[in-house]
Amino acid sequence: MKRVSLFFTLAVAAGFASQAASAETLKTVKDRGQLSCGVSTGLPGFSNPDDKGNWTGLDVDICRALAAAIFNDPSKVKFVPLSAKDRFTALQSGEIDVLSRNTTWTLSRDTSLGANFTGVTYYDGQGFLVKKSLKVNSALELNSASVCVQTGTTTEQNLADYFKGNNMKYEVIAFAGQDETVKAYESGRCDVFTSDVSQLYAERLKLANPADHVVLPEVISKEPLGPMVRHGDDQWFDIVKWVLFAMVDAEEMGVTQGNVDEMAKSDKPDLKRAFGTDGNLGEQLGLTKDWFYRIIKTVGNYGESFDRNVGSGSKLQIARGLNQLWNKGGIQYAPPIR
Amino acid sequence: MTTAPRTPPPQFVFRLKRALGGRAGWGGLALQIMFAAVLVWIAFEIVANARANLETQRIISGFGFLRNNAGFDVSQSLVPYSGSDSYAWVFLVGLLNTILVSVIGIFFATVIGFFVALGRLSPNWLMARIAGGYVELIRNLPLLFQLLFWYLAVLGALPGPRQSIPLFGSFLSNRGLVIPRLVPEAGLAPCALALAAAIVIALGLRHYARRLLFENGRAMTIWPYVMGLLIGLPLVSALVFGAPFSLEVPVLKGFNFSGGTRVIPEFVALLVALSTYTAAFIAEIVRAGILSVHRGQMEAGLSLGLSRGSVLRLIVVPQALRVILPPLTNQYLNLTKNSSLAVSIGYPDLVSVFAGTALSQTGQAIEILAMTMGVYLLLSLVTSAIMSFYGWRLGRSLGA
Repeated sequence: MKRVSLFFTLAVAAGFASQAASAETLKTVKDRGQLSCGVSTGLPGFSNPDDKGNWTGLDVDICRALAAAIFNDPSKVKFVPLSAKDRFTALQSGEIDVLSRNTTWTLSRDTSLGANFTGVTYYDGQGFLVKKSLKVNSALELNSASVCVQTGTTTEQNLADYFKGNNMKYEVIAFAGQDETVKAYESGRCDVFTSDVSQLYAERLKLANPADHVVLPEVISKEPLGPMVRHGDDQWFDIVKWVLFAMVDAEEMGVTQGNVDEMAKSDKPDLKRAFGTDGNLGEQLGLTKDWFYRIIKTVGNYGESFDRNVGSGSKLQIARGLNQLWNKGGIQYAPPIR
Repeated sequence: MTTAPRTPPPQFVFRLKRALGGRAGWGGLALQIMFAAVLVWIAFEIVANARANLETQRIISGFGFLRNNAGFDVSQSLVPYSGSDSYAWVFLVGLLNTILVSVIGIFFATVIGFFVALGRLSPNWLMARIAGGYVELIRNLPLLFQLLFWYLAVLGALPGPRQSIPLFGSFLSNRGLVIPRLVPEAGLAPCALALAAAIVIALGLRHYARRLLFENGRAMTIWPYVMGLLIGLPLVSALVFGAPFSLEVPVLKGFNFSGGTRVIPEFVALLVALSTYTAAFIAEIVRAGILSVHRGQMEAGLSLGLSRGSVLRLIVVPQALRVILPPLTNQYLNLTKNSSLAVSIGYPDLVSVFAGTALSQTGQAIEILAMTMGVYLLLSLVTSAIMSFYGWRLGRSLGA
């Protein structure tokens, strides 16, 4: 008899679990007709709703690519905004199928949370944002400062490690939501706002005078951000993993949203394998033969998604840096599609 | 035809049947057993189901995580705490913070509530309207908004630490109120003993004064003596044995003040919001209690020559307390539970620190939430037990 999760988490307000948490996520998603994707409550560049309620961002693109691969329709996604506090319980309880919410990949999260990371969409690190008027040039000058941080994140722990490791004292004020944290920083309650560097750039845009704030040069941790799925479903794990790899491989092979139609007719063996003209790799994953075409046609390759959301084509203007392809100076590397 | 007289069932069997099944007898017992079995089965199913699902996803369960390092800091802690303490210690820190804000909040809410209620009942038209306006306004706005208002309005009005307002050696800024810290010196123990002795003597004096009143009818004002004792004895001990405390004055160094203790603005905002909100409800309860006492009591008291204040204090309010106490207990429990809103302003109470940060770090939602709910249940039970005891003593003395 199938065991259905009943009262799995006692205080998750957003509804109880509805399906079994084992080897069936793809079937559940197909039956539902919609992918349930956990995102942030609003982080420009990664997952942000515009004033009409349309979600855009790097994490959002992963979910849209997933929906395109399954349904051939990138709009068949339900975005569930989650704070840092309840993102994991939502995944554990089955409320969402995939958590694409700029979450850092750590060992304890891979094990004790009952979830797996499927890859790295963004190699990030933790930094500090301070007001220029404080005339601070380095994080090592922040002894006895007040720091605002979002609770329940690796940020909090890295902060403790960094200040302890450098024998500096500090006062931490931890808020549940990103918005309250930034508001408290802006009001002067704390001197420093700490988060992943990409989030610092994104939040700085939302401040009243972005030019009055500066990101300090120190990057004090490794923060590889990636999507998460539950333990116990290998097929779904493979699907989410290979959707990201498809986007990275597409950039490596030179396939873009613009030229995907001509590339689909190409005779080159690696392109024929990817597009399904040769072999049935898509079906082996549990998707259709044209899974690769669907993904690139709807969201483009990794580079295009990056530029559009956080790079030169966006307001954040973050350089590719570590997120460039492995053969162009960065460390984004996807296994071959064969 | 003679029928043999029916022998009544043996007393023992009859008593057993009554004890087990009540008036329904053996049938009642059978129903109770079935009902209990169903409850046990449901509980077992819930636990076993949760366990099975946890295992499928390989989520760790059990309370072993309490020994692991927490790895994060909190901004206010009544006991010494650092980032390398365990989750169990974090639980204690959060619990103490919750208890602190709840106890102080209950005290202020009661005081404010009583005064607002008396104001509303006052014959002074303006005072009654102002008190009524306070109650209506505060009662009808959601607590979260009031909390955010106090936090943002208060924070917004205060200057940064480098421009803080100095007040008798303390400094007020948006980092909080930094007051000089009392450092215990050698004279602390004798001073504490002197204070304890003063309290004991004051209680004895009160007992003597009451006996004097009830037996001889002589009213003795004891508060000058009590004040003299409470101030004088510790003062004498300080002169003889040395000062009990020395002051550590805070000094602005770099970003913040060093030295001194700090009352963080989150604590003050939470305290003010909780106190004023609950006071509005308590005011109505107290007013209901006072109105429930027969008007004749007030008239009788006034005809005896007592002032209005004395009648209230000695005659009306003690009788009103029987009506006030049960809903008042409710409000105290509400205040304790409402303190969990602290997470929205960054005050490190139990929910914010344990059921928030620790939960997302360890992922063990069931254990952590069960512990948190258990603690709140315990706090509520203790509060209602105390209030019940107080009500029982009151009932005894009033001859209820």
